[in-house]
Amino acid sequence: MVNFAALIAALWIIPGVAIIVMLALRRPRLAEYLNLLTSIAVFGLTLAILVAAPDKPLVTGAHYILLTPLGAWVLFCVGLVYLLASIYAIGYMRLLPEEKPRLHKYYALQAGFALTMLIAPLMNNPGIFWIAIDFTTIVSAFLVGFEKEAECIEAAWKYLIVVSAGLALALLGIILFYWGGTFVLGPTYALTWANLREVAPKVPETLLFLAFLLTLVGFGTKVGLAPMHTWLPDAHSEGPAPVSAMLSGALLNIALLGIYRFLAILDNGGYSLMGHTALLVLGILSLFVAGLFIVRQDGAKRMLAYSSLEHMGVLAIGFGFGGSIAFAGAMYHMLNHSLNKSLMFFGAGNMMRAYGTKSMSKMRHVLRYYPVSGAVWLLGAIAITGAPPFGLFLSELTILRGGILSPNPWAVWVMAILLILIFTAFMNHFRRMIWGPEPEPDTAPTLRLSLWNTLPMWLALIPVLVLGLWWPAGLWGFFQHAFLVQP
Amino acid sequence: MLIFHLGPLATSLFSLLAILALVLSFVMLASHWLKNHVYAFAAESWTIAAISASIGYYGHYPELYVIAALTALFRGTFLPYLVIRLVNRLDIQREFTPLLKPSSSMILGAALVIFSYEVSRQLGIALHLTDNIAVLALTCMFSLKLIGFLMMILRSEAISHILGLLVIENGIFLGSQILVPGMPALLELVIIFDLLTIVMAFGMLVRFLQTHAGTTSSRGLQKLVG
Repeated sequence: MVNFAALIAALWIIPGVAIIVMLALRRPRLAEYLNLLTSIAVFGLTLAILVAAPDKPLVTGAHYILLTPLGAWVLFCVGLVYLLASIYAIGYMRLLPEEKPRLHKYYALQAGFALTMLIAPLMNNPGIFWIAIDFTTIVSAFLVGFEKEAECIEAAWKYLIVVSAGLALALLGIILFYWGGTFVLGPTYALTWANLREVAPKVPETLLFLAFLLTLVGFGTKVGLAPMHTWLPDAHSEGPAPVSAMLSGALLNIALLGIYRFLAILDNGGYSLMGHTALLVLGILSLFVAGLFIVRQDGAKRMLAYSSLEHMGVLAIGFGFGGSIAFAGAMYHMLNHSLNKSLMFFGAGNMMRAYGTKSMSKMRHVLRYYPVSGAVWLLGAIAITGAPPFGLFLSELTILRGGILSPNPWAVWVMAILLILIFTAFMNHFRRMIWGPEPEPDTAPTLRLSLWNTLPMWLALIPVLVLGLWWPAGLWGFFQHAFLVQP
Repeated sequence: MLIFHLGPLATSLFSLLAILALVLSFVMLASHWLKNHVYAFAAESWTIAAISASIGYYGHYPELYVIAALTALFRGTFLPYLVIRLVNRLDIQREFTPLLKPSSSMILGAALVIFSYEVSRQLGIALHLTDNIAVLALTCMFSLKLIGFLMMILRSEAISHILGLLVIENGIFLGSQILVPGMPALLELVIIFDLLTIVMAFGMLVRFLQTHAGTTSSRGLQKLVG
């Protein structure tokens, strides 16, 4: 029997201690490696929790901690992206010599951001889950604004305001859920996911649906579903590249986990179809908005931010279809997207530093100057648009397959057409970056990328390729199991 | 449940206080001076503290006295103090570029209250709670929420945005006190501290905005589009 309480305690204590040490010693070089070590330990722990994950949802820690298969999966994605981002951060932050005196603060914030993300998916109380999500926002807003340029502060401000306002709606939804329960369980009962699910069939449907819509819009703001996505491209494009990867690859999944848990409550209450359709419509809308903005985009990281919007849309569609096949596809897609989007942001960060601009129209002949890391970036771009033989192709195909059997088969066609649009637009941008007109001689990049900058790209690309060629049978069984138990 | 066993006196007291909180949000809508907003917000928080305390008394929830004291202390005193300090430091005394005049924004606010009442009435019918204090609580909760959003939409100063958010949070707090007084007190405590952290984060960011972006008005933040 694995002692999960001890594993989880270690998962929180290690980054906590690391943050204190970094802030106390104020040594940049030390903070760098300490953060790397922390992320390795965190990755190992999340992997251990995932592998040993109990068959039944486990409640521990005085009923405050809930470990479910889906929660363990999201946690694993956090650990993975944190590890990749920590390796990359060493290379990336060394390219910014002017930040060196503040580097220990950066790493402390990064570890703190990871810590808040390691807490949220494990919360058994929706209210405390909400608070944990709120803390992820506060910490990551300071990371987005870390470089202190006007754009960065503007992005951080918009991020904090839009997401806080959205989350306030989610809190209202949680209170309405709780109120619904008081008609059955009496005025005072424990606010837990399981309790809310149990009472759902006896709660008046209007109240239940209103509460769900409020949480959908609230956490949907945090996921970045259109039309509440407005903070997302700013925050993702202005933060340092490792932070963008963590925002996109780890944080958005957690908010989506919250939405799915509320959807499960609604499912139990017998309002299933309307809830799923609402999520599906937001997903389709996100794909549509992302597609339009990717077509006419010039900022490299902004384009990737809209790609995050696209993939959150795909995940929302996957969960919105319902059914075990689409659900398995969505879970698989979560991991693939976390890996692939990290790779893309790392590549974009490298090219931004190399060419000294964020604009894709000024990044020319990438493959000539950076034959290896440019090629890895290009392969990542092919993967992120859902082309074979990469993992995202398999997961998107599985979601589409699941959708055909769902009550909303029309969405399959819309999704397929929008994915083709996004593929074309993405490849067009990369075509211009690889061929395109010759750059001015004096703007040719001279930067030499270190292993810290390129290794994490390989570490992300290889699994995406492997997962595209081979879907482990054990994982399929795990997804099916996760679908059947409490999310 | 508390809302089913209230005497007429208690019902009138709660109604009076809830409506007072709603009226105070109109005070905010009607003025463009930032300090007036902060004072109205402080008064609203004290009203909500009074609601908490009286619910604790009539519903026999002793832990609500603690919540009431903390609400008065943090939301009613400390948060307004922080915001006033911010107003003085930034040296911005009033909202310069509101989209609408105070009178028009008040009419919009009134429309939102009517909308909230209609939504709450429908909910009340679905839950067999017509003529209950719950409908009033829901109306105030939704109205404060919408008025908070209205303030954020119509005004462009960063501080107005913070205050709009605080009004939204006040609305949720007001509603939750009447509807779910038995909600675990721990959660409410954490939410109070969470709000404090958020406001401090906002305060730091506003000062960064002024030094690095050169403006604290959202109309000046136009660098990131598309």
